[in-house]
Amino acid sequence: MQELTFTTLIAVLQEMFGSGLFWTLVVVAVLVTLAYLYVLLRDRAVSWRKFLWAQVAMPIGAVAAVVFVQTITSSGLRDIGGPIDVVVLLAVAAMGAIGAAILVYTLQSLLRPPLKPSGRR
Amino acid sequence: MGFDSTRRGFLGLGAMGAAALMTGANARAQGVATSARIVIIGAGAAGTALANRLIERLEGASITIIDPRREHLYQPGLSLVAAGLKPASYVVSQTADWLPSGVTLIAEKAAAIDPVAKTVATESGEVMAYDFLVVAPGLVLDHEAIEGFSLDMVGQNGIGALYGGPDHAARTWQAASKFAEEGGVGLFTRPATEMKCAGAPLKHTFLIEDIASRGGAAGKYEMHYAAPQPVLFSVPIVAEKVRMLFGERGIATHMGQKLKSIDPGRRIATFESSSTDASGAVSVTSSEMKWDYLHVIPPQRAPEVIRQSGLSWADKWTDQGWVECDMKTLRHLRYPEIFALGDVAGVPKGKTAASVKWQVPVVEDHLVAAIQGREGTQTYDGYTSCPMITRVGRAMLVEFDYHNNLVPSFPGLIAPLEELWISWLMKEVALKATYNAMLRGRA
Repeated sequence: MQELTFTTLIAVLQEMFGSGLFWTLVVVAVLVTLAYLYVLLRDRAVSWRKFLWAQVAMPIGAVAAVVFVQTITSSGLRDIGGPIDVVVLLAVAAMGAIGAAILVYTLQSLLRPPLKPSGRR
Repeated sequence: MGFDSTRRGFLGLGAMGAAALMTGANARAQGVATSARIVIIGAGAAGTALANRLIERLEGASITIIDPRREHLYQPGLSLVAAGLKPASYVVSQTADWLPSGVTLIAEKAAAIDPVAKTVATESGEVMAYDFLVVAPGLVLDHEAIEGFSLDMVGQNGIGALYGGPDHAARTWQAASKFAEEGGVGLFTRPATEMKCAGAPLKHTFLIEDIASRGGAAGKYEMHYAAPQPVLFSVPIVAEKVRMLFGERGIATHMGQKLKSIDPGRRIATFESSSTDASGAVSVTSSEMKWDYLHVIPPQRAPEVIRQSGLSWADKWTDQGWVECDMKTLRHLRYPEIFALGDVAGVPKGKTAASVKWQVPVVEDHLVAAIQGREGTQTYDGYTSCPMITRVGRAMLVEFDYHNNLVPSFPGLIAPLEELWISWLMKEVALKATYNAMLRGRA
């Protein structure tokens, strides 16, 4: 590759998903992140009960992400050929896990806000 | 309250996105003002990418692109179609969809080039004068050079020919999948001429072997690879790696063998090999091989219009007719206002889309410099890349230059001679996207 600039990367990603889907995904990712920050600020505390469920979602997210990547690329675990492949696999799994955790935590918080906000006791 | 702030956030975000898009459009550098007439022959990967870049760089130039093909082909995808991994439609798009407004597309074949009078004539007799000409018509597949073979045979009698185009690649898979289920003798060939993507004959061999080993043919097939060259790949270190992989996978090699003719009814292919004895006398011997699956790649040459207009090398590739040009700048050696791009360029390496990606900015640089009355500075050093697929799910990201040096994009991270999943992911997911971005002049 000649030079991998940020604009090249954006151009490539847009072609990969199609312009519409790409920007939709970006907006969804940003919205979920903002919503997560919003519930944290609103509640002024992490709810460990909700965090527990979020943790339960992590392995599911990890496996789902790996299976998704393998399915769209007609490949499988037997194709892991070197250390960098293990790194990529773990990175995909980690992204799936963190994404699932944030999503589950945020959804719980939005759907079931704490009865007594911890701020005013 | 909560709802409001979310909505405001969303609107703000949308505004930010729009602002980003606007600044992107405004950030364009002021173009070079010119009234130059630029003619590009060919709207393939090279011609399209260059047209999109020139439109951005030049202000007021008249840019005409000549190509009769309505469909644009993403040729790196043909190997995947011929292995049943993608449908034929994966490689097809519309030529006109990639071209920027401001470029005139003439959907005709270029019939004659007069480099002295600086004109191009089309088939219908329209004559166009140019100040600069870029020849990027691709190459032609000389199927007739193989006696007994024609494209309509592809898919029957165990014959495949993936270079023929999307439909032929799909029919190649019909023949190959039968072999992968039933087994027998698989025979894979390559031509004696220069060819586009010299890795493709090897990829097809690896892919069909892999699929057969997992399919109904497991344990019931044998693989043969026959090529006129003395080695498996032009870059020695890659040739050695492929030789080892072929050894591991039980693929027999027959070097120095040129496919001369085929007999589809009897499923017999005839090869010629020539040898020179001590006295210098050349003797030609022919041999026959049977097949249950045969993959044919025909000899490849520059289009007739190039060879007849006196643009070809006089002393190199005389049977193929590639354009005589400087290997660093791709500028014609006798006509400085003519550049060659892509498959048709008479340079030692680089009939791939990856080469085109590196060649286009060089030609753009020298062409714009010439318009401004100065010399360009960029050079092309033969970079080409071949995601050498070794099985469904693994590839080697081989990149090299004129000097047969490996030039990895990700040194220390992605080993070029290791069969890796990440290299396969790149071929599967990122390559077409990068190619499309290149067509739009953005990569």
